[in-house]
Amino acid sequence: MDITLPILILAIPITMFLILGIGGVKMSRKMAGVLGILGMGTTMTLAYTVAFTYFFSGDPAFILDGVRQQFQVFDATWLAFTEKLVVNIGFLIDPISAMMLVVITTISFMVHLYSWGYMEHEPGFQRYYAFLSLFSFSMLGLVVATNIFQMYIFWELVGVSSYLLIGFFYKLPSAVSASKKAFIVTRFADLGFLIGILVLSYYTDTFNFQALTSDPSAVLSTTGGATFMGASVLTWALVLIYVGGMGKSAMMPLHIWLPDAMEGPTPVSALIHAATMVVAGVYLVARMFPLYLVEEGALTFITCVGAITAFYAAVVACCQIDIKRILAFSTISQIAFMMVALGVARPDLHEGMGYMASMFHLFTHAMFKALLFLGAGALIHAVHSNNYTEMGGLRKYMPITHWTFLIGCLAIAGIWPFSGFFSKDEMLAAMFANDWLWGAWMTMVAGLTAFYMFRMYFMVFWWEENPHYKEHKPHDAPWQMSLPLIVLAAVSCVAGFIPFGEFVTWNGEPYHIHIELQVAVTSLIVAACGIALAAWLYMKKNNKPAAMKNAMPVLWQAANRRFYWDEIYMFITHTIIFNIICKSIAWFDRHVIDATMDSFAKISQKTSVAIKGMQSGNIQVYVLWYFFGAVILAAITWICLL
Amino acid sequence: MFGNILIWFVILSIVMMAGLGICRNSSMNAIRAVMTVCSSALLALAVWLCVWFLDLRAAGDTSEMLFTGSWMWYEPLNIHLAVGVDGISVLMLLLSAIIVFAGTFASWKINPLPKNFFLWFALLSTGVFGFFISIDIFTMFMFYEVALIPMYLLIGVWGTGRKEYSAMKLTLMLMGGSAFLMLGLLGIYWHSGPDGQLTWNILEISKNASIDPSWQRLLFCLTFVGFGVLGAMFPFHTWSPDGHACAPTAVSMLHAGVLMKLGGYGCFRIAIYLLPQAANELAWIFIILTGISIVYGAFSACVQTDLKYINAYSSVSHCGMVLFAILMLTQTAMTGAILQMLSHGLMTALFFALIGMIYGRTHTRDIRQMGGLMKIMPYLGVCYMIAGFASLGLPGLSGFVAEMTIFVGSFEHADMFHRCFVIAATCSIVITAVYILRVVGKLLLGPVQDDHHLSLTDATWFERFSTVTLILAIAGIGCFPNWINETIQHSFVPIIQSITQAAI
Repeated sequence: MDITLPILILAIPITMFLILGIGGVKMSRKMAGVLGILGMGTTMTLAYTVAFTYFFSGDPAFILDGVRQQFQVFDATWLAFTEKLVVNIGFLIDPISAMMLVVITTISFMVHLYSWGYMEHEPGFQRYYAFLSLFSFSMLGLVVATNIFQMYIFWELVGVSSYLLIGFFYKLPSAVSASKKAFIVTRFADLGFLIGILVLSYYTDTFNFQALTSDPSAVLSTTGGATFMGASVLTWALVLIYVGGMGKSAMMPLHIWLPDAMEGPTPVSALIHAATMVVAGVYLVARMFPLYLVEEGALTFITCVGAITAFYAAVVACCQIDIKRILAFSTISQIAFMMVALGVARPDLHEGMGYMASMFHLFTHAMFKALLFLGAGALIHAVHSNNYTEMGGLRKYMPITHWTFLIGCLAIAGIWPFSGFFSKDEMLAAMFANDWLWGAWMTMVAGLTAFYMFRMYFMVFWWEENPHYKEHKPHDAPWQMSLPLIVLAAVSCVAGFIPFGEFVTWNGEPYHIHIELQVAVTSLIVAACGIALAAWLYMKKNNKPAAMKNAMPVLWQAANRRFYWDEIYMFITHTIIFNIICKSIAWFDRHVIDATMDSFAKISQKTSVAIKGMQSGNIQVYVLWYFFGAVILAAITWICLL
Repeated sequence: MFGNILIWFVILSIVMMAGLGICRNSSMNAIRAVMTVCSSALLALAVWLCVWFLDLRAAGDTSEMLFTGSWMWYEPLNIHLAVGVDGISVLMLLLSAIIVFAGTFASWKINPLPKNFFLWFALLSTGVFGFFISIDIFTMFMFYEVALIPMYLLIGVWGTGRKEYSAMKLTLMLMGGSAFLMLGLLGIYWHSGPDGQLTWNILEISKNASIDPSWQRLLFCLTFVGFGVLGAMFPFHTWSPDGHACAPTAVSMLHAGVLMKLGGYGCFRIAIYLLPQAANELAWIFIILTGISIVYGAFSACVQTDLKYINAYSSVSHCGMVLFAILMLTQTAMTGAILQMLSHGLMTALFFALIGMIYGRTHTRDIRQMGGLMKIMPYLGVCYMIAGFASLGLPGLSGFVAEMTIFVGSFEHADMFHRCFVIAATCSIVITAVYILRVVGKLLLGPVQDDHHLSLTDATWFERFSTVTLILAIAGIGCFPNWINETIQHSFVPIIQSITQAAI
């Protein structure tokens, strides 16, 4: 493959960032917006070209005997730690990175376009587009990384772009603290990632993904069977690397930053906190999947964390009133779905279908979740509030938003023929193949998903019209915002029919997707029940929801407060670390160490004051001292001579 | 003698002093002209030296020191003015030149007594440059003292707050370190070779390798502690917060940016290189102390409210990382230590420059009394954020490269002791993020705290000039780190050799 296109894919967004970041102040809004959109549009075209070439050209570098290959377009030295441990910056293309190129550039372009309408009146418009470009650059660099260290570099860069964008409205204290929280929580997780990389590279002497994943048993043998606290060091390394993924992908217990991240502008939530950055953890595990296969302990860990998170987030989503928070918890739950699907994938179970299903769901979820977030943005734009209590009955006022939102909800609930049905069906089939327990558990979560999504849908678009509409009539968004909604809705309708298994599988061999009838029917029935329950409760204004809430106040309150995770974290970080550890260390420094140093000075001073009287200038006293001295010296001499 | 490029670093600094001597106290423009010309000349010289050095290396000259020269100074004790540089000293010279240059612009409007201020400033830089070019430990020590003394006056006269107390504390603590150092250096001299052929020259001492192990242990502790005081090693770091807090802007910059590097460089060049056996045996003691520095400094920085205290404690943490990495005694970790010195020097200088500029406007350094400055002075705000990101190790800026090299290098030791301390050190990346974002959040973001701040102005041209220089250097190292690796890689060969030989 020609080297120009891949380089341009990375170069255009970063150039846009520099141009808009440095020159943005002098630029008009329109100019900045057009530049940003054009830059991203070009990048999208190039990314499509690259992905198309990879999947369809039939070049033996890309597909050999029907097996898709990994191909490093370039791989240049960036920093050499030792002769073997070299950090390269490169461009790796394989099925998942090509798929991610398409997903990232598509959503990013839609968000660029949408933001032109959404952010029109916000100050700092140029800065906003600069940060979006920085994010796109970092995310693209992350998915095409040829080695784990390059991934870590871009991993940190997406973290900081996310920090900057969450805190975009930097005058609001809530946005500032949300951005800080997001950065620190993910940084904490990255510490695990970093130590994981250090351990892995210490044994294998390489960062390169191809070297690590092409022969996992060789990697296993480099560790020489070393163990630590009962688990092999490779398991430790993989689990620690996964901890980095837990932070970015908001798995329990590191999920607490994602709901707060909704303080950022809504298009940002759609791009970063729904479709792209938060799936980086899934992507990381998928990237190193062959290595995870040799250490099944790590995969089991991933499955368990995912299963717990999926259920937890779904329950919490049922008790929120802020529509962006509901979507945030739904994102956590859906990512956990993907994690479980990866965790249960084994080569001997339907040829590793879990992996394919997970990637498929990543793809479809990115589209419909971005759609839902952008739809939520249109709603917020219309009624100026995040809470559904301020909405209701909006279907008549905002038809485009209503229909596209409904498609998004049907897709995420897993209703045929929308895209979510197909990917979810494959995932559930993979889980049932591993163990019926996983399958049953996750089917229940799927039912909850349908319920809370339609709870929100009915509360927003049905229920009862808000009296404020008379003064301030809500209306559909301008075309820049509606167009992305329509495009993404169309994609969500048809994406399920893509023969995804032909393109993306764990080992590059094509897999023919077929619907598992038993699983499909079960999940459809469960989803339909969820929707029916939501319709029964929330379609028309009634007392049933309030009665339910009053029937179990403790549970409702706990779920509404997200089971008190934030309070626990606050206690640990603020009370224990900040108030007890940091303050006592600072006190110790001033009052013990520094006081000791000062006391040296004080002692010398006191001594000198005490003995300065000896220098009296009185000749008789000096003679006296002389006499004593002479006697003592004489005595010493005498003793020595004896 | 004048044909040697290295001597010109000292000569130019002296010319700078002489030029200032001619200026009248009231003619600010003349003083600025002298400072600008001389500091630019020094920077140009440093860049030229760097390019020349890389050229010679590329041409295949792999000898340990280049541009060597030696002139007898005091025959009875065999003291020479011996100069020579390897990749590490070249980079340190470059760093010093950049910071002297940026410091000149940061103190553009110094008041009162500008002439005297710059005279002491120039004397300080003479000492710094002299230290980095010397390879004779006596002259090295002399220049070291030359660099320390002006600090007392610079803080005592031009400082703020409890300046006399802080100046005295800083000087006394560093002089205390020097006393240890003097003993150590004399000890090295007396064991430097067979009788009658004693030498101060670093290259010869290391070639002779005649210091016996029991002496080495004592001398290692003396020299390491001596230099460690300047490197802000726990528990000898307490001069740093007070000293930095009271020092004027340019002095804080030069002190944190360059002077603290003298400590790290000395530990490395004298304690480790000349006493390798003791280094192997006793490194663990200092690994514990520097490991404490790293975490302790970072935790202390989390609760400070004075901007300068925050950066002083963060310096304790970052400089602790330098010494920590040197003590790992592996090539990669030591490379990381050098990178960390460069990175810390540049970003701390940037921090202190910005704090000076903010303090000059708001007249407070208490973060509780400021807020929302990003809106009022966007340029300074953005620079502060960049400095903060460099400090917390964002890829693309220098801090990341340095920290990662240190971690990878330190991880080469597989025993439990090293592993525990390395993992403790890696935890600092999280704590650093906490205190940096805390400051950024309180100082720059959020609502404006004080209505008087609304009328403040953004950076002037000379302030922009000073900060842009530093930011370019930080981003340059962060984006293209490999040339630094190539510059210093040959310098480690003899050091690693002597360490491994001693280990056998």
